[in-house]
Amino acid sequence: MRTASRLLALALPCLLPLTAAAQMTGNVIKIGVLNDQSGLYADLGGQGSVVAAKMAAEEFGGKVNGVPIEVIGADHQNKPDIGSGIATKWYDVDGVDVIVDVPNSGVALAVAKVTADKNKVFIDSGAATSDLTGKNCTPNTVHWTYDTWSLANGTGKEVVRAGGKTWFFLTADYAFGKALERDTSEVVVANGGKVLGDAIHPLSTQDFSSFLLQAQSSKAQVIGLANAGGDTINSIKAAAEFGIVSGGQKLAGLLVFLSDVHSLGLKTAQGLQLTNSFYWDRDAKTRAFAEKWGARMNGRRPTMVQAGVYAGVLHYLKAVQALKADGDGKAVVEKMKAMPTDDPLFGKGTIRADGRKIHPMYLYEVKKPSESKGPWDYYKLIKEIPAAEAFRPLSTSECPLVKK
Amino acid sequence: MSTQALFSQLLIGLINGSFYALLSLGLAIIFGLLNVINFCHGALYMLGALVAWYLLEHLGIGYWWALLIAPLVVGLLGVVIERTMLRRLYGLDPLYGLLLTFGLALVIQGIARNYFGVSGEPYDIPEQLTGGRNLGFMFLPNYRTWVVVFSVVLCGLTWYLTERTRLGSYLRAATENPLLVQAFGINVPRLITITYGLGVALAAVAGVMAAPIYRVSPLMGADLIIVVFAVVVIGGMGSILGSIITGFALGVIEGLTKVFWPEASSTVIFVIMAIVLMVRPAGLFGRTT
Repeated sequence: MRTASRLLALALPCLLPLTAAAQMTGNVIKIGVLNDQSGLYADLGGQGSVVAAKMAAEEFGGKVNGVPIEVIGADHQNKPDIGSGIATKWYDVDGVDVIVDVPNSGVALAVAKVTADKNKVFIDSGAATSDLTGKNCTPNTVHWTYDTWSLANGTGKEVVRAGGKTWFFLTADYAFGKALERDTSEVVVANGGKVLGDAIHPLSTQDFSSFLLQAQSSKAQVIGLANAGGDTINSIKAAAEFGIVSGGQKLAGLLVFLSDVHSLGLKTAQGLQLTNSFYWDRDAKTRAFAEKWGARMNGRRPTMVQAGVYAGVLHYLKAVQALKADGDGKAVVEKMKAMPTDDPLFGKGTIRADGRKIHPMYLYEVKKPSESKGPWDYYKLIKEIPAAEAFRPLSTSECPLVKK
Repeated sequence: MSTQALFSQLLIGLINGSFYALLSLGLAIIFGLLNVINFCHGALYMLGALVAWYLLEHLGIGYWWALLIAPLVVGLLGVVIERTMLRRLYGLDPLYGLLLTFGLALVIQGIARNYFGVSGEPYDIPEQLTGGRNLGFMFLPNYRTWVVVFSVVLCGLTWYLTERTRLGSYLRAATENPLLVQAFGINVPRLITITYGLGVALAAVAGVMAAPIYRVSPLMGADLIIVVFAVVVIGGMGSILGSIITGFALGVIEGLTKVFWPEASSTVIFVIMAIVLMVRPAGLFGRTT
């Protein structure tokens, strides 16, 4: 009898997680914001994404069905090994239910794999590679804000249509840069243009003049910047200094964030065309969000990545609320795909079978200093790319989740 | 690759090399006299740029004054650091100095990042130096010409100061045997303070010169300092001429790598460092004692 009760005593704790799994694991909904908090991408995501996730949690009063929401953050330092290490520890030890943001495509692809192995949820906002919902898609990934395909078909297509037929790429030497160059090259060629060459540079390069001189001697009409954050800023600055633009070549910043334009200043950045899915000054709702966010972030304004974190977390919490459980990552993502999305920043939308969030994209042009009414008043709308055209069609998807 | 393109890449390498030279020069002076590996050199270089930005943004003081004021401000900060903290570590293992300055670098960068974010603030090229000239094989911005010329002059002046003047001879003597020099009635502790302030001021000058080219960003020093340390090691720790020549030479080698094998451009300097350390452990210009 004593042994039997002992056995039961031992077995009981083992049974507990099983019953809890049908509800909320660990009696808390734990959201992990994993991004670059100290390097070249820290301003476009970083602490601002943590604040955005917290704001989404506050929309729910900090609780879903009586279970508290907790938001934590960590710095992956743009290193895939560190990123997947943190993700593994978060899932196994700290009871994190969902990881959000994760800019840097290299890290994002690693985290997507860990998340699928552990059956949790991964809502990516910061990373660009379209492979997250392409050949590397998983049933646990949602890719919210933008991707390389949408950038290529926004800025890339527009530049080719405006007559920029020959291209030379400056490409960041990792998964993101290569995906962006690949997707843009396809658009260029499909629209009758030609790619003359590329210069592949290490991530976080200080001086771009060498690469720009190579681009200059290629005589290409357009220099496509397949890089991001600090690398894009340095490329544009050096191009202005070395007279690349006044020499008749056009710069195409394929991925430009609001924080980049702020750092460049309008004098240098004016006239630059860029594709974004969110701009803080688009309507009353986005302005209200930006005000609230800015009050906690030194008066800055959010980038599309930070907006995507907010909207993604909001939708995740709605799905968890409807499911009344957060333990089975696949089930939560299925619920997220089944429910139409609706939030103040991206409007109404959907999440496709491949995990791609669908919404309109916007082609903006950076204002001249004379057109800007003050700090952070930077963009004017050129055109809206409707949701149906903004992302890679499912018919050409390499994602195994898509039934054809 | 045409010879024209090659020429332009050599020139670009020389421009980048002038930053390496200026920074490694300061490091060499400090190491020579204090035996301290000044890991906060990059952070102070960044502070130089930040001071220049602050002067322009908040006080309306332009580039040329900044070139004078920023080194003074940062040099003074260096004096304070030396007097209050570094001084206590002279008798100890050099590792302590390294740890202290590394910690300081992290603190300074952390504070700056907290206030300014990482993408940095814009700082325009001074009006007198905008534009550029067409050299036939490339378009050379006037500002970059100024950077090369000014840093060559500064390097030359510093070399002259340490090798050809009385103050310089005191400095070198104090490096060899501080006790004996003190016995001759020379205030060695003050000499050390001045040297540290001077070395740090050189970093601030480089920071101001870098401000219009790169962004004024809290990370600008951290990105550069590792390369500069490699330059100092290759040149020979503490060798002034060595650090100047190696600085320019490595800038050129890095520039050429960007053409022939761009992916390797961030590692080439360290490969050279490893080779030099194997063949000449004291560096190219270092003396083995």
